[in-house]
Amino acid sequence: MSEIKVVAPKGHIEVKNFSLSYDSIEGPVEAVTDTQIHVKPGEFVSIVGPSGCGKSTLLNAVAGFLKPTTGIVTVDGEPVNGPSAERGMVFQQYSLFPWKTVRENVEFGLKMRGMSRSQRERAARTLLGLAGLEAFEKHYPERLSGGMKQRVGIVRALATGPKVLLLDEPFGALDAQTRVIMQQILTNMWQRLKISVLFVTHDIDEAIFLSDRVYCMTARPGSIKAEIPIPLERPRQQSMMMSSEFLALRRGLMSLIREESLKAMGGEITDLGMQGLNIELHGHSLADVL
Amino acid sequence: MSSPAILRHPEDTMQTAMPDAPPAPSATPQSAPASFGTLALRWYRLNQGSLRATAIGIASLIAFLIVWHLLTTYRVVFFVRFTNVPSPLAVYASFTKAIHDPKFLMHILLSCRRILMGFSLAALVGVPLGLIMGRFKLIHEIIFPVAEVLRPIPAIAWVPMAIMLWPTNEQSIVYITFLGSFFPILVNTLHGMSLVDPVLVRAAQCLGARERSIFREVYFPASLPHIFTGLTVGMGVAWVSLIAAEMISGQYGIGYFTWEAYSLVQYADIALGMIAIGVLGLGSSLLIRGAGQIVMPWRAK
Repeated sequence: MSEIKVVAPKGHIEVKNFSLSYDSIEGPVEAVTDTQIHVKPGEFVSIVGPSGCGKSTLLNAVAGFLKPTTGIVTVDGEPVNGPSAERGMVFQQYSLFPWKTVRENVEFGLKMRGMSRSQRERAARTLLGLAGLEAFEKHYPERLSGGMKQRVGIVRALATGPKVLLLDEPFGALDAQTRVIMQQILTNMWQRLKISVLFVTHDIDEAIFLSDRVYCMTARPGSIKAEIPIPLERPRQQSMMMSSEFLALRRGLMSLIREESLKAMGGEITDLGMQGLNIELHGHSLADVL
Repeated sequence: MSSPAILRHPEDTMQTAMPDAPPAPSATPQSAPASFGTLALRWYRLNQGSLRATAIGIASLIAFLIVWHLLTTYRVVFFVRFTNVPSPLAVYASFTKAIHDPKFLMHILLSCRRILMGFSLAALVGVPLGLIMGRFKLIHEIIFPVAEVLRPIPAIAWVPMAIMLWPTNEQSIVYITFLGSFFPILVNTLHGMSLVDPVLVRAAQCLGARERSIFREVYFPASLPHIFTGLTVGMGVAWVSLIAAEMISGQYGIGYFTWEAYSLVQYADIALGMIAIGVLGLGSSLLIRGAGQIVMPWRAK
């Protein structure tokens, strides 16, 4: 435990007047437009939105992989220009180094910092112990299950003691049961480390269950449609997902997202349009069936 | 239920423990006093697949020898003429004679030395060059066109030029061996570099890695499987080029030995030379495969 410093609440993310566009043959295409978000030190904030709305683009800009076209991203007042170990990132595809064992993966950030072999070995063992992975420290990632890989991914990102943790649909590739367990593990780690988290997901339940606040984005070009505080008590239990409070939040977010998803898909399916299609299904028209 | 890990993640442990467990029946703990018979039976069941392959392989080699023997003893002429082809027994006789002949051993040693020099040079130049070309666009843009023009020229076509370029015969032969293995190594290294997952590079950057560390910790190990493919292919082409060069311009070497046997009408030695070349080629590619397994333990099955 001694190696893990208890970080003073730092990690204030601010994204101001943010827009990002890229060039194409038909001229510039706006991916994200006029967006402001912030994450207070120690806060857990999620971004949800229809697919292709630019939520990952926004996260990648905070990580420093993309430069904003206009606006600025700052962490604790310092502008972000380029990736750094201050902002740990967890990827959907796990992205563990296949040629490194579990422990070497966790050690990587510390090695880059120039920590001695014995020191970082001890630090990595402690962290793996906290994640219940000590028995697998010598395994190569290929031999782990998806949930274990992502646990290693999270531990690796936390090993350098970053100010903020950025997660890009980290549990998107996991099955439902593993997902729930991983959400619990992430919450526990977050509460222990008091780190700011920016979490991108398309799963509304996940966003509500984990977050203090949820940003809902519009269809492309993405911007913030709504900001929803989640006043649910902590520590949160799985059973809370059945509470009326949770369901009310869920309904609200659902309708916001549904509206945007339909926009993203090219508009609502109208009765008139259906009739125009004139498709017959077992004697009923498609419009009736839908 | 021997370790806490099993209690916690039953499926994970199952999955991961399997490759660890030796195929020996002692790995099954429940029946300690198993008799020799049951142990042998279990071992047989576990290794049935590889036993079968080995048995068929041996039978097929024996069949090959028998067919060869029959074709040569009866001097079959059926489009192909086996009249002058040596029989396996004649080749075996010349083999037993050759292994006591220091000249034959010197031929082999010299060929091995040429391969070692030409191939090592190709690896020492080709791998770093491929890595650098894969990382720096300008260097790629400068070198790639030249490489593409030179690559399709077979190493054998370089023989006259090599004789002009290098002062000694030995150097020109090593040069041709080098050329033969150089391009497969370069091209495969480049290919490996182009396939490096950009997300891994990002992950490294997020953990504070700078350009040099990313090169060493991500690009290089990620390309290793393709580098080893290049080395294996390169070793094969190195032997092809070496034997051709030795037949044309050599004074020693196993290729020269084979050609000389033809000129001196020692037909058994022709086959002996060919078999020696085959065994040496097989041995060197096994060496590379072994080195690959040592260097890339994460790919071991």
